[in-house]
Amino acid sequence: MSTAITSKSLSEIIGSFSAAEFPEATASRQQAIRILESKGLPAGKNEEYRFTPITRAVENVFTWKTQNTPTEITSIDPFLIEGLDANVLVFVNGKFSQSLSKIISPENEINVKSLREAFDKDRELVDSYFNKLVSPETDSFAALNTAFWQDGLLVHVPANTVVEKPLLLLHISDAANAQVVAHTRLLAIIEAGSKLSIVEKFDTTGEQASLHTFTEEIEIKENAALEYCKIQNDSGKAYQVINTNIRQADSSRVDTFTLTLNGQIIRNNFAITIAGEKCESHFNGLYMLTGNTLGDNHTVVDHQKPNSFSNEMYKGVLDGNSKGVFNGKIFVRPNAQKTNAFQSNRNIALSSNAAINTKPQLEIWADDVKCSHGCTIGQLDEEAMFYLQSRGIDKSTAQAMMLYAFTAETLNTISNETVKHYVDSLISERLHKNF
Amino acid sequence: MLSIKNLQAKIGDKQILNGINLEVKPGEVHAIMGPNGSGKSTLASVLAGREEFEVTGGEVVYNGKDLLEFSPEDRAREGVFLAFQYPVEIPGVSTINFMKTAVNQIRKYRGQETLDAVSFLGLMKEKMKLVEIDQSLLNRSLNEGFSGGEKKRNEIFQMAMLEPKLSILDETDSGLDIDALKIVAGGVNKLRSSNNSTIVVTHYQRLLEYIVPDFVHVLYKGKIVKSGGKELALELEAKGYDWIKDEVAVA
Repeated sequence: MSTAITSKSLSEIIGSFSAAEFPEATASRQQAIRILESKGLPAGKNEEYRFTPITRAVENVFTWKTQNTPTEITSIDPFLIEGLDANVLVFVNGKFSQSLSKIISPENEINVKSLREAFDKDRELVDSYFNKLVSPETDSFAALNTAFWQDGLLVHVPANTVVEKPLLLLHISDAANAQVVAHTRLLAIIEAGSKLSIVEKFDTTGEQASLHTFTEEIEIKENAALEYCKIQNDSGKAYQVINTNIRQADSSRVDTFTLTLNGQIIRNNFAITIAGEKCESHFNGLYMLTGNTLGDNHTVVDHQKPNSFSNEMYKGVLDGNSKGVFNGKIFVRPNAQKTNAFQSNRNIALSSNAAINTKPQLEIWADDVKCSHGCTIGQLDEEAMFYLQSRGIDKSTAQAMMLYAFTAETLNTISNETVKHYVDSLISERLHKNF
Repeated sequence: MLSIKNLQAKIGDKQILNGINLEVKPGEVHAIMGPNGSGKSTLASVLAGREEFEVTGGEVVYNGKDLLEFSPEDRAREGVFLAFQYPVEIPGVSTINFMKTAVNQIRKYRGQETLDAVSFLGLMKEKMKLVEIDQSLLNRSLNEGFSGGEKKRNEIFQMAMLEPKLSILDETDSGLDIDALKIVAGGVNKLRSSNNSTIVVTHYQRLLEYIVPDFVHVLYKGKIVKSGGKELALELEAKGYDWIKDEVAVA
């Protein structure tokens, strides 16, 4: 057992949490606490967190003693995506801010409210879906989150409805005066034949450290579609563990894009369960890391039914002392015949101090399937560099061009042009693009 | 324009060029022919500055300057152009964007003002006509999914855009059918002037029917073993390379 966290710090964590203040889901909170008590947080020997010493950081950096200080944030303008016409849902230090949020889609298109409020008003949905896709047993940070979540969001799209405007979720940690510890949730249900686009951004302001655990459960019903874009361009003192769990029903489609640029330690546990037939899942990610950032993507694609297609493409560009981790599990269950499942993870290391640990893990029990995976770690293609230079282009521009080209195809899962343009601008900025 | 003296180069431990001598004057077209593995493409690569090759001796003087001292990009900015045998595909970067970057970096180097979008497009349209290339091709990612002919035509388009003083065409005819060959050669011929020079590296005489050389040199085992006029190419076409090898063996 990989118990790293001491009983003292765990009791501190538990003690920092005022159960009376968060009466929702008391039973599941208590169960999660029991799991935490028995398992602790993952230590260095834990296979799933071998390369990601976030537990050590959590123990060393965070005091747990203070409740989050009240925020002074009154404007979300610096965190918005320019030109994006979206429903904006804002969390500050783990709390949902009604006043900073703005829903522009009509009520008959989408039901969005604070999860705590939903416990009161949408009890049926909550009872049917909350805590169903996430497993505190498999990830201790999911347990931590399940035990201590402060607030969250319920999103419900009724059947046969296209939500025209995307949802923009802003998670802001205001660490100006003190460190921030926030645990938030998302529960989204996209009913049959409906369509939704979610964009998530994470920002820490101020000089202090922030820890954010975020657990997402997203149900995509028959013939429904989700486009999901996560942008992690946080401060250098941000620690984050996100557990994203998507479940697809028959003939549904999901397109994801996860961009990781900044933060201290960023861990994404991202699982897509394909529980229906004839599903399509396009599962993309890009991490471009510098400085001391550690970006870790642990992904799972679980084919449980026949005749589905999944394509996972994660790419990494590692500079400075940064560290990238990729773990890609694909399960093809015994009756998931005629599955097409593809995975690739390509990495470019620009500095000799940067590191990447990549591990594909395919477990295939069905015999009539098409699966492939490939992972590469390399430098820039010298022949292509020479080609660009031989046209008069200097080395650094040629390198930026090559990297820009390398990253481009991961953006194919973003269809909203404004979002794509924004993502493109972040990548260009990272590359000092001047072409 | 270009003066190569006793040029020697190797890759890894393998010596490939064993003392090349070549003089190219403005306005001239030189063809470098030779059997496979004779060092033709190596010569082209060394002149363009490909780093895998190590120059072990000799000198290359280009317009009075030591060419070997320049980085690949500075050679391009000084007016050297290599049309690649295998142009590289670069997904995600359009040919237009790529060329705009190249043209403007070269202009900057030469102390000229950079072109704005409008004047760049004007220049591009003019050169497109010259080499008969369609804009839809140039809007696409550089060489990605291009046919062999399209790639080579794109090379000549780039050559037209960069207006080099010395162009080196490395096996530009490989993989081209006769129609594509004519278009590519037509583009090269339109770009010829009394001020610029061309080195055509080729295995076959075919291309030289369309790009007529002033001189033909036969490269064998890293040396120029025979030089002549354009009729030498015809002789090679008729007789193959064996008689040259025999001559070298006897000597």
